[in-house]
Amino acid sequence: MSGVFSPTRAKIKERTLRTDKWWLEPAITFAVLFSFIIYATFRAFEGANYFTEPLISPFYSPCLSQACVAGSTIFDWTPVSAEIFNFALSPALIILIFPLGFRMTCYYYRKAYYRAFWLSPPACAVAEPHTKYTGETRAPLILQNAHRWFFYAGLVFNVFLTYDAVISFKNPEGQWGHASVGSLVLLVSSTLLWFYSLSCHTCRHTVGGRLKHFSAHPIRYKLWTLVSVLNHKHQQFAWYSLAGVAFADIYVRQVATGAWTNFYFF
Amino acid sequence: MARKLNLRIWRGDAIDGGLKDVQVDVNEGEVVLDVIHRVQATQMGDLAVRWNCKAGKCGSCSMEINGKPRLACMTQVASFGEDETITVTPLRAFPVIKDLVTDVSFNYKKAMEIPAYEPPKELQPGEARMQQVDVERSQEFRKCIECFLCQNTCHVIRDHEENKKSFAGPRFFIRIAELDMHPLDMLKNRKRTAQEEHGLGMCNITKCCTEVCPEHIKITDNAIIPMKERVVDIKYDPARMFAGLLKREKRN
Repeated sequence: MSGVFSPTRAKIKERTLRTDKWWLEPAITFAVLFSFIIYATFRAFEGANYFTEPLISPFYSPCLSQACVAGSTIFDWTPVSAEIFNFALSPALIILIFPLGFRMTCYYYRKAYYRAFWLSPPACAVAEPHTKYTGETRAPLILQNAHRWFFYAGLVFNVFLTYDAVISFKNPEGQWGHASVGSLVLLVSSTLLWFYSLSCHTCRHTVGGRLKHFSAHPIRYKLWTLVSVLNHKHQQFAWYSLAGVAFADIYVRQVATGAWTNFYFF
Repeated sequence: MARKLNLRIWRGDAIDGGLKDVQVDVNEGEVVLDVIHRVQATQMGDLAVRWNCKAGKCGSCSMEINGKPRLACMTQVASFGEDETITVTPLRAFPVIKDLVTDVSFNYKKAMEIPAYEPPKELQPGEARMQQVDVERSQEFRKCIECFLCQNTCHVIRDHEENKKSFAGPRFFIRIAELDMHPLDMLKNRKRTAQEEHGLGMCNITKCCTEVCPEHIKITDNAIIPMKERVVDIKYDPARMFAGLLKREKRN
């Protein structure tokens, strides 16, 4: 017997005496994240319906494979073969490790999935079911320390996705000065991703958090205070940006399949 | 206007114990500690409860109220429904002594394991000077009243007794962070010992410590995660190693 049932502790048979709906938050988190994982897996393997001039799904951008459909690449740069070991690789599978890694190692998502998926713990002061716990001291969880590398990669992806949003202000004939619902969807999605990245704890550490003397580095201190303001909302940005990316992909897919029409404002 | 409140209080010691139902008068504006005192005065004269300031500043009356780690003196009875039974138990992460009193000496042992502030050798007492922005950063951590609610709710030790020997807990991570962020602290290797001796890597950022802190210290965001990032600087960042900056980190 360990934990709250250890011999020296108060003899209480319940795992928790909480009377509120402590299970609701992890249940919702589980449902939303699990739904996203299922959808993202389907889309990553689908390998189609990710591009329709001038919109590209964020799941497939940057499109680096020789399998990418015409017009979806950046300056026709396709350094990755369409097949690896005779296996036709969806262009999304080449790149998704980076945004996926960024979210998987994110300090907010760690809280969310440790609670919702691993029940470690399911909620505060609710006994977890595991008999042993080593935290993030051993493989594979020690790899959470790679968060900053995914953060740097995420910034590069944000540049690509912002570029996608900018070129979406063209019409299907490639002429500038037009705006559609798709342009707004990609613009909102990429903007939310910037907020998510810039509010990241690693960003906060990098710009100034690692200093011992704020007073000796006034510019970095100012940057740190700005990122700290965003950092308070990191959880919200994590969810908003996830929803933004998912909706952008759904929108592009629907337009690409012809189910929806991309309405042009002008 | 007094009304009757249904209260369940855990009574017992390290050998045995259980929840006892009592009904007690409660007046408008009273906190849980008030009604516990009334029970003690009128029905259970030998009820053991630790308390002191009744103002949320001494950290003595930590207990679990309806399963949540809280200060009894800061928990309004009115925050519960009128028909609701309030269940009061001792902290469940520490050995119980009697009734609502637990042995929190684990925390004092851990406190002694944290090396103290080491001022620059060239400075005499009274000569140290700091800028306000540097003071403000650690000021948040100085608000800690050592109620140990964060320690109690941290699942690393609450749910795993065996981890107590290798895990200092959130209260002491804010102490380590405060010292590591101190511009004048000269002690080397705080980051490395935080990870290797005080168990920083055991924390999985589930933020329960922050949720229960009565002083609203952002323990996870402002202390634990920054310390984890500092540990990454010296242990898990190959670019920094290749750049030869590791040596400088160690000096820091």
